[in-house]
Amino acid sequence: MSSLLTSEICVVGAGPAGLKAAISARDMGAHVTLVDSEVNLGGQLVKQTHKFFGSRGQFAGMRGIDIAKLLADEVSRDPSVDVMCESQVVGFYEDGTLAIEKDDSIQFLKPERVICAAGASERMLSFPNNDLPGVYGAGAAQTLMNVYGVKPGNRVLMIGAGNIGLIVSYQLLQAGVEVAAVLEAMPHVGGYDVHARKIQRAGIPILTSHTIKEAHGTRSVEDATVWALDSEFHPVIDSERYFEVDTICLAVGLTPLTELLWQAGCRMVYVPELGGYAPLRCENYETTHPGVFVAGDLAGIEEASSAMIEGVVAGLSAARSLGYETDGFEERLRLAKNELEALRQGPTGQKVRQGIRRLMALREVGEGI
Amino acid sequence: MTGRSTGFRTVPDAERRGKGPVVVIECFEEIPCDPCHEACNQGAILAFDDINSLPEIDFAKCNGCGRCISVCPGLAIFVVDETWKEGLAVVRIPYEFIPLPHKGQQVKGVSRDGVELCDATVVKVENTKRHDRTPVIWVEIPRALAMDVRHIRVGGTSFDRQET
Repeated sequence: MSSLLTSEICVVGAGPAGLKAAISARDMGAHVTLVDSEVNLGGQLVKQTHKFFGSRGQFAGMRGIDIAKLLADEVSRDPSVDVMCESQVVGFYEDGTLAIEKDDSIQFLKPERVICAAGASERMLSFPNNDLPGVYGAGAAQTLMNVYGVKPGNRVLMIGAGNIGLIVSYQLLQAGVEVAAVLEAMPHVGGYDVHARKIQRAGIPILTSHTIKEAHGTRSVEDATVWALDSEFHPVIDSERYFEVDTICLAVGLTPLTELLWQAGCRMVYVPELGGYAPLRCENYETTHPGVFVAGDLAGIEEASSAMIEGVVAGLSAARSLGYETDGFEERLRLAKNELEALRQGPTGQKVRQGIRRLMALREVGEGI
Repeated sequence: MTGRSTGFRTVPDAERRGKGPVVVIECFEEIPCDPCHEACNQGAILAFDDINSLPEIDFAKCNGCGRCISVCPGLAIFVVDETWKEGLAVVRIPYEFIPLPHKGQQVKGVSRDGVELCDATVVKVENTKRHDRTPVIWVEIPRALAMDVRHIRVGGTSFDRQET
């Protein structure tokens, strides 16, 4: 058994939320251990070759890949941030000890505070033959091409016209992959209008009120049957169409990656607007388990820009709770919360606003399991 | 399907277009985004009171410099010049595909729906560090199509080109 490591704050996950949390806690004077399962820091940013929305504070106009580099450089050259890559947190014990797997061995770390920023996982969709090789999560296809330089296939059917489906379709086109069509079960495109326009200009049809019926193929995907959906989301008889494709990408939503929070005993509530089970948390992003904070998609599915600001709020608050105090702390926290509020103000933030209202109301009445 | 258009605040009228190059911002949905305002040093793209608001343009101040084109994360900004030559207009288009066309190359002018509308001649390719890997292609097209051509098709798919 290895010895018990200690740390002031352990940040789990080095995506946009975790990196910002680590930097913000460090700014307050805290010593941070940043743990991530991947080789490179940045989480999903490392494959996001598109320019970001938002405002200057969240690097608007910069590409995700460049934001990852910028934030990773900042934590890597800072002696008060210990970075552990290729290290997966596999256990969160009730006494606050984390089990971290690295190189086939387990280390135990008992930090004084934990900021969980583990992100989200892609949702699966049920249809016959969805286990054939060639059926990918859209994020996986994006990782293959943008991180490893491997084309996932030659002709793709994209399922889902949210931002991920639209952006990955565009990036497939950039990689020289044909996109046969983008299907969307809802009667309207879920992602940003400007993302939809980018692929429509390239001649890619977006079929709303359509979904996949079945994939076909012997050893891998060879084609797919799709059909139309009526206003009740029932398939329309005789509406089948066939697409000859070797790849099917699923971009049907994300769900918070909350296993560690369940293990720790944080109270959880089901909030569909936030992507599934989400942790109850206060305005400073501390969960019902004192000393355990959350940030990013794991706290509720949203954009990377808001994940970064949640990271700031959680990082500042966790360091503050350890007694660190810097000039302007209150002001920084207030500004971050205002920025979050502003990002969520528009029509595209409606779902998240509703989800957070529901979360806070459930917390108020003491709900949660 | 993408018809949330309100239209006019970001699209210059024919009178303004008749006076020289001018920006066209095809951003019709309120999303949290404001780099276009930051990019404009003419004061033509007004400050956002709410980051979710649609951009607003003072077309009298816009000189068609095009600094905003490659800054827009939505690739929704174009500059049209209907005064380019007799019967011909130039549209400046953000284009992030390879191979990049070169000056003088014949390409196709493509509509918002991906339909090839006309032949187009590339008159300039801007691709400096400032463009941050979003090159801006100037294409010469029939003047009547200046408000319709929003994309180009460079012969073959990019992958075919890379392979050969």
